[in-house]
Amino acid sequence: MYNPFSLEGKSILVTGASSGIGRGIAIECSKMGARLVLNGRNQERLNQTLSQLEGGEHVVIAADLSNQEGIDKLVNECPSINGYVHSAGIPKICSVKHIDRSLIEEIVNVNEISPILLTSALLKKKKLQKKSSIVYIASISGVCVSNVGEAPYSTTKGGLSGFTKGAAFELAAQGTRVNTICPGLVPTEILTLSNEMFSEEQLKETTQGKYPLKRYGKVEDIAHGAIYLLSDASTWVTGINLIIDGGYTLL
Amino acid sequence: MTLDEFIEAFADEFDDTPAESFKADTEFKTLDEWSSLTALSIIAMIDDQLDKSVTGADIRASKTIEDLYNLALSK
Repeated sequence: MYNPFSLEGKSILVTGASSGIGRGIAIECSKMGARLVLNGRNQERLNQTLSQLEGGEHVVIAADLSNQEGIDKLVNECPSINGYVHSAGIPKICSVKHIDRSLIEEIVNVNEISPILLTSALLKKKKLQKKSSIVYIASISGVCVSNVGEAPYSTTKGGLSGFTKGAAFELAAQGTRVNTICPGLVPTEILTLSNEMFSEEQLKETTQGKYPLKRYGKVEDIAHGAIYLLSDASTWVTGINLIIDGGYTLL
Repeated sequence: MTLDEFIEAFADEFDDTPAESFKADTEFKTLDEWSSLTALSIIAMIDDQLDKSVTGADIRASKTIEDLYNLALSK
């Protein structure tokens, strides 16, 4: 059957694959025929993702990307790949006047520096084949909009979007494409981390009704965007922010 | 940190509300300047000054400044 979105024959690295959007992307990509390389910090949770994948020959590499040793371990053990989705990230809710050095350094390190250095290392070690596709999970926060307490998070996602432009331009020479996906609110485990400060009800109050398509996102909504950007259906698409937000940014 | 010091630090997170408006029994959520931003600032102040983590739910459960002080200390 004609299917330009197929991922048959492609090997795809997904970071943050132990939960949330990363796990959803890994599962959906396996259904499209991809061979997955799953990365996260926790071996056990990666194995849970692995058990939900279709097909065989998938690989699990546990490594903490917040430090150089973890990045080096992942790159050394990673097989040659055609696609790389960076979904590892953390939230931090803090008002601007309370931001201190350790808070901003931690979130910039995890959300922005790690994907940049991992990309660089994958290129240096020639793990990305020609005509590869790189997809960073950014956010509408920082690229399109922001909210109270979101400045640190917005900083990192906006920065990642900027890096995407530069990398897309440079890697076009080898036919490799670099794009971001900017999701609206997708309720996953990451919200539990934000909930240290904002309760679930509060998140609901502030965002409910702001989605023209009348619901929050599902991980599959984001995964389907990733499939498009990883597949040959998007071979003429590079340097974009693919907004998947139920119409939130229309308002 | 005493209750009086807490009230002072609480007042310090506000820009437009005069410091004398803040008492132990002040129902802080009725203040004009109260918003999600001030709530966030109070959470950060409690983290800095008392080394305690309070949540949005804790803020909602507290009526007066003293309630919040006691709730934070109980953590």
